[in-house]
Parts: sequence; C-alpha cells; structure tokens
Amino acid sequence: MTDAPTPPTGSPRWSRRRLLLSGAATAGGAAAVAVGGVAAADDRTDTAVRTALGRARDQADRDRETFVGTDVVDPRGVHQAGITTPSQAHAAFCAFDLRPEVGAVGLQQLLQLLTDDLERITAGRPALGDTAPELAATPARLTVTVGLGPGVFDRIGRPDLRPAGLADVPAFPAIDRLEERWSGGDLLLQVCADDPLTVAHAHRMLLKDTRAFATSRWVQRGFLRARGNGADSTTPRNLMGQVDGTVNPRAQAEFDRVVWHPGRDWFSGGTTLVLRRIRMRMDEWDALDRSAMEQVMGRRLSDGAPLSGGDEHTRVDFDARDATGLRAVPDLSHVRLARGPGPEQQMLRRAYNYDDTPDAEGGSDLGLLFCAFQADIAAQFTPMQQRLADGDMLNEWTTPTGSSSFAVLPGWQGGGHLGEGLFR
Amino acid sequence: MRSPRLSRALRPAVALAAAALVVAGCGGTDDTSDTAQASDTAAVSEAADAATGAAVTVTDPWVVATGEGRDNSMTAAFGVLTNDSDTDLTVVSATNTVSDRTELHEMAMVDGAMVMRPVAGGITVPAGGSTVLEPGGLHVMIMDVDSAVSPGASVGVTLTLSDGSTVAFDALVKEFAGANEEYDGGDAGEMDMDMGGQGSATDGS
Repeated sequence: MTDAPTPPTGSPRWSRRRLLLSGAATAGGAAAVAVGGVAAADDRTDTAVRTALGRARDQADRDRETFVGTDVVDPRGVHQAGITTPSQAHAAFCAFDLRPEVGAVGLQQLLQLLTDDLERITAGRPALGDTAPELAATPARLTVTVGLGPGVFDRIGRPDLRPAGLADVPAFPAIDRLEERWSGGDLLLQVCADDPLTVAHAHRMLLKDTRAFATSRWVQRGFLRARGNGADSTTPRNLMGQVDGTVNPRAQAEFDRVVWHPGRDWFSGGTTLVLRRIRMRMDEWDALDRSAMEQVMGRRLSDGAPLSGGDEHTRVDFDARDATGLRAVPDLSHVRLARGPGPEQQMLRRAYNYDDTPDAEGGSDLGLLFCAFQADIAAQFTPMQQRLADGDMLNEWTTPTGSSSFAVLPGWQGGGHLGEGLFR
Repeated sequence: MRSPRLSRALRPAVALAAAALVVAGCGGTDDTSDTAQASDTAAVSEAADAATGAAVTVTDPWVVATGEGRDNSMTAAFGVLTNDSDTDLTVVSATNTVSDRTELHEMAMVDGAMVMRPVAGGITVPAGGSTVLEPGGLHVMIMDVDSAVSPGASVGVTLTLSDGSTVAFDALVKEFAGANEEYDGGDAGEMDMDMGGQGSATDGS
C-alpha cells in the first residue's frame, strides 16, 4: 500500500537510499538520520533525497488516513456477520461447553451479554468493563459469529426448535482420525478480524463474559494472507500452495439458495456450520512432483485454473481430454469428487489455514480449518464428504482430526439480542 | 441489556434550547410548559427515563457480579450520567432492586492508600456535560447484599437528583476482576468487612 518514491533511472546509489526511504514511511525521523548517514557528499542527490523523504512522510500520513484497522462490519441484520463477509486475515474458532447448571435462562443471559459485547467491540468501542479499551479502538473488520451445538436444544428443553438442517456430521472411518480435543461443543464463537491483536482482545473479552456460563472446550486459530497483500477478492491459498475456494456462492441469490435456512420460523436468517480440522501430511506431499500435485487436485498450482484449461474461474470441463487421450481432470481428483450433481449439494466454504507445533521428529502439524456453511448439512455437506471419503486422491495426504457442527444463529436488529427467537 | 447509544459530547444548540424548557418547568410550576418539555425531552434524548422526563440520562450502565475473592456484601454500579439541562445537577441519593442500602461513593487517597468512601454532597453532573462512574472512580455502591448478583442478571437503580427528579435504569451484571477496593466508612470509621451478620453500628453514609 505504501508507494516508495519514484526513483530517477540509472543510479545505483539511489536504489540503496530508496530502501532506506521506504523504511521512512514507518520509521519517520529515525530514517532521516539513516539517510543523512548514507548520503554521499553530492549536492544534486542530497536535494532529491530530502524531497523524496518529504514525499514518503506525506504518503505515511495518507496511509494513516486509509488505515484498514478502523474498518468495521455491522454485526446486526437479518443474518450474522462473518458468513458472507469476505474472509478476514485472522480467525479464532472458540468452542465452549455449557456448564451443567445452565439452562434456558442462563443461555439467554449469556446471549444477551455476548450481544452487548459484540455491538460495542465490532464498532471499535470497548465493551462494558473492558480493562484494555485501547485495544478495542482498531476493530479491523472484526466479526464474531455465534453458533449453538446440536445438544443445546435438548438442554434448554426445546428439542422442537432444533433446526431441521442441523445434523451431527457422520463418521467417515476410511479417512477420519478425529480427536475429542478438536471436536464438538455447545457454543461456538467464530472471531475474525484483519488484525491478530483485535482477535485476541475480542476473545479475551468474550471469554470473561462467557465463563460464568460455559467452559472453554477448544480454540482453533487460523490465518490467511494479511489484508492488503492482494485484492480482497483474491481466492486464498492453503498451505499446500493451492488456490482454495474458487467455486463458491457469491451472489445474494446463491446465498439464499445454498446458505440460509429456508423456513419462516425462529431460525429464519440462520445457517449451519461444519468445521473440520484437516491435517496436511506435508512431508509425503512434498515427495510428489508438481504435475502429480496438480493431478490430485485437478487444478494448476500457478493460478488455480482447472486442468481442462482457461483461468481460475473457467468452468471445469470434466469431459476434456489431454494430449494422451486421458481425462484432463482425473476422475478421482479432488475437484471432480467435490463437485456434486447440482446446486442442491453446494455450500459456502470459508476456510482458514492453521499452523501448529511440529512434532518431535520435525513433522509439521499444519493444515486447513475447513468451514462449510449450508442450509442443510445432511443434504448438502454429507454426500459431498462421503464422495471424498470414498475416493478422493487427496485423502492420501490429508487427515481429518476434528469435526463439529453448529446451528449459526440468525441475525438480530438493534434492541434485540442473539438467539432471541429461542426464548419467545 | 441493550444500551442506547448517546454521544458523550456536549449537546447541540437545539438540544440546549429544548432543555431550557426542561429547566424552566422542572419545579412543576406550570402545567403547560411541562407538557411541551416532556415531548421535547423525549425527542432530544432517546435514553431519558419516560417516567420522570429527567434532564439526566444514563448510558452504558453495568454492575459488577459478586463471586469468589470479593466482598459479596456489596457491589458497584457504573455508567455515564449526562445532563441535558443548563444547570448543574447533583445525584443526592439512590436505591436499587437487590438491596435496601445504596450509597454514592468516590475513590480517595487516605493515609497514603486509595480507599472508597461516600462522596460528600453527592455526585454532580455539570450542565450540558457528563460524569462518568467507572472502576477506580465515582460509582453507585450497592450495599447489604445478601444474595448472589450473577452475570447476565439485571439490577435496577434509581437515582434521585437535587431537583427532586429521579432517573431509573437497568444495569447489566458483568464479571469483573477489579473494583474490589477497601471501603473506608467515612466520618463514622471503618466499615466492618466481615459480614458475619453484624454490620457496623454506625451509619456509614
């Protein structure tokens, strides 16, 4: 975002100063000292240096005016934020178990507390009792999306209110190595923002208000590219380097068909979330040559284009043949098996990368926090996952280690609160 | 509890003009102007308590939850008091819905230590301005509490102002680690902190 001052051509000494001056945009006065130290006794370049330093400072001032940390996303509306919101750079998925004594009254109080906190911190204002209010001042597109696990509805004595589209994700024994520590939960807070400090502060504030009602079950943290390192519309890459998320609902009509609960009841405006922690077996993956990696995926690594040709957004031609007469996009490639028979099996994917601590032998523990939003888990998610479990070549190099499903609450309007329809 | 959003900045000229009517009629001497001012006040200040049309409004109210590690015989209420009128107003007393005893407290340096104590003369809210009740500063002290004040619950507080009007608000109870200072009982001496059923014999206010 910071443009270094345009250099005159053909001056090797200039390029060294340019390096120092681009630091001036952030280091201000300190860089001026550095430039003074480096400048040769050359009257012509000295003037040019001072002019360029001035321009760098002006640019820094302009950058502060367009500083993305102050961008906000309104948390209220028909739907919660953080679903169709363009993916922010950082995420913390925080799952909680309700305390045994918490029933409908406690859950409502908790949701009221969370709503009050959310309305403030997403707007860049501290929550009530926020002991680090300065950390609230850079919301950086903070969204906190709240979901309830399948067990909650029995807990509050309202099994009739469990959304029809919410289901436990079934087991896939051929591929799953699920761990309790990454699975399940009664309450999910999906905390996303472009600034990791914002995510941490929001998590802390919400934790303080949640812990009288629920204990922390797990936290799965993820990341994408920092904001500003690519257009907001650029499809993210995962840690295998693949362009990941090309085929996705993007228009309002698609969201209505694929994501939002279709009924006219308390859950109108809600959706479901499946969150699966997918470990990438990177040492084995790295043994493949590039062409093999692309065959497994069905897409080019360079730009995400399907192997049948075109660019990233070209429709995949599953019938196209390559020069040898074989299908260009292999039958057992990931993109082939992920594609369902039609729109009834689509979902909104909103994944994040994770990078955890390597094991004692130096094997990485990293992968994907795969998130899918859909109106109906059993109809839209499960058949796709079953096809992948049965035959996806990518299974050789990926292992699901966590799986959870949640009912993502509808949005609310000013004066109301999250999940209010549960308590009418 | 959803708190109305009120700017903490001084009111614009329009509001002050309307508030002048509030001040004029505040003593209840003129029925006609009371009617006019009620609607002006409501229009100007969306957070005003409907029951009294008071010139002081309360935003962002909250109460500290009782719990482990705290003296659970008392707790504090905080918020922002805003005075729409052009006369200084003082909160002289208060009541609450969880106990029979409410005081107005400040933090003060006594013998080299910060203690909290009743604020002499009450809590003043300047004309056209705000006074913040917050941890470490002024607050409403809810005393003689004998049951848990739990996160997510609501405590009602009613403030009585120097002009006789009242302001009522509901405060959300939140877990909070601080605001747990020692109470200095003022002129009457130290408050007995061990509430084994025996309070101080003297009136701490």
